[in-house]
Amino acid sequence: MIAWAPLWLTLKLALSTTLILFIIAVPLANWLSGDKGFFKVIVQAIVSMPLVLPPTVIGFYLLLAFSPANVFGHWLEQWFNVRLVFSFSGLLIASVIYSFPFMVHPIQSGLSSLPPSLKEASYSLGKTKWQTLSQVLLPNIKPSLLTGIVLTFAHTVGEFGVVLMIGGNIPDKTRTASIAIYDEVGAFHYRSANVYASILLALSFAILLVLYSFNRKMQQAKFY
Amino acid sequence: MQLRVSAKIEGGQFIGLYGASGAGKTSILRMLAGFMKPDNGFIKVNDVVWFDASEKNNLEPQQRKIGFVFQDYALFPNMNVRENIAFALSKNESKNIVDELLEVTGLTNLAARKIQALSGGQQQRVALARAIAKRPSILLLDEPLSAIDNAMRLQLQDTLREIHKRYALTTILVSHNANEIIRLADIVIHLEQGRFQQQTTPALFFRNGNDASALTGNIISIDENGYAVVLIENRMVSVSATQEKFNINDKVEITCGNMELRRVQTRSF
Repeated sequence: MIAWAPLWLTLKLALSTTLILFIIAVPLANWLSGDKGFFKVIVQAIVSMPLVLPPTVIGFYLLLAFSPANVFGHWLEQWFNVRLVFSFSGLLIASVIYSFPFMVHPIQSGLSSLPPSLKEASYSLGKTKWQTLSQVLLPNIKPSLLTGIVLTFAHTVGEFGVVLMIGGNIPDKTRTASIAIYDEVGAFHYRSANVYASILLALSFAILLVLYSFNRKMQQAKFY
Repeated sequence: MQLRVSAKIEGGQFIGLYGASGAGKTSILRMLAGFMKPDNGFIKVNDVVWFDASEKNNLEPQQRKIGFVFQDYALFPNMNVRENIAFALSKNESKNIVDELLEVTGLTNLAARKIQALSGGQQQRVALARAIAKRPSILLLDEPLSAIDNAMRLQLQDTLREIHKRYALTTILVSHNANEIIRLADIVIHLEQGRFQQQTTPALFFRNGNDASALTGNIISIDENGYAVVLIENRMVSVSATQEKFNINDKVEITCGNMELRRVQTRSF
């Protein structure tokens, strides 16, 4: 029999990452989808970095940053009594950074695909930027929002390199399902590894199936 | 091209802003609405300064009290007809105006319809109703009828005139369609080469033989008395064509100088 903790931990990590990223990504994507200045290009490049960097590189630098032996980690420990290395919070921050483009890109491209007149019409009716975003823009890019949410969730579930670098392999704390598979294979417990792996496989397939069938339905009702 | 324009408009007037495509008509509307910032100058409406470059004063579009009808209507697909119009009102405002506007624009039966299920003309009416729902200081219409077929356009022009009469809104209509301006506007402002060249009544403007007011069409027959039948869009007119030699299929234009539809000229292309 396998331990369920890695699966619960994976689920908790994926859900928290998705929620936090959604809250950060919506205003950021809205800002990025406006007129392009040079500063925005820089931010855009930073947001996209996790797409091209090996997870171990991100993990390595986060590990250095979070380490109490270095300035940032030391400061966190001194002021807030928080240590991020080998902890769930550290894992969560790393996951948020690592999955950034998966949430920001779909929302940004959804917002850019709307005609600018939609936003202007709402402004001309006296609505604030926030009212316009929440009542006009976001409801009209539901497929993009769902894509961002699902991709971030699935991507976090499948995370390995960053998790291993930042969290290590501490049972109940940082051992997620993908780490558990690696661990079980290392110990020649192929049966357990297979159970974890097949659960992840089925979960990923189900998530993507839901996403594509919803998007197919929305595509048929597309207006702009 | 640099835009350098100046005009004073009386409250309650219906202004036709006329000019060729690319003359800068839409840009002027967008500056009035606050979507585009002029480099210089000022905009003042009912003694309130909306924009003043020298004092770095620039009201946000939300504070300008404008109604804007966009060329693509910019209706919100996530709302039905009634919701689109009611969106213009603030939370505690009475919704009676929505029913009134639905009636004026002939949309009462379509109130619960999704925007996607409307024809172009119906969408146009929703956009118009939404733009006037909060009684703006100025109603700005950016070629609202350009994508609509002829018969529907005439109906919508009647609705526009009716609404202007009923609510006495100062209205600026951007159009390159002379017919539309003649039917609707009290005053026509002609934008050419980045300047307002003329500000006068439509009758005077188009009577002066203004080149842009000419109707163009093709000759489809010429009879023995020298009268040519010219096909203009879907209509035909018979005009004297004795001044020079014309052939069938010649592209011609009829100008209305002296209010006579007589003078026929071949175009030089």
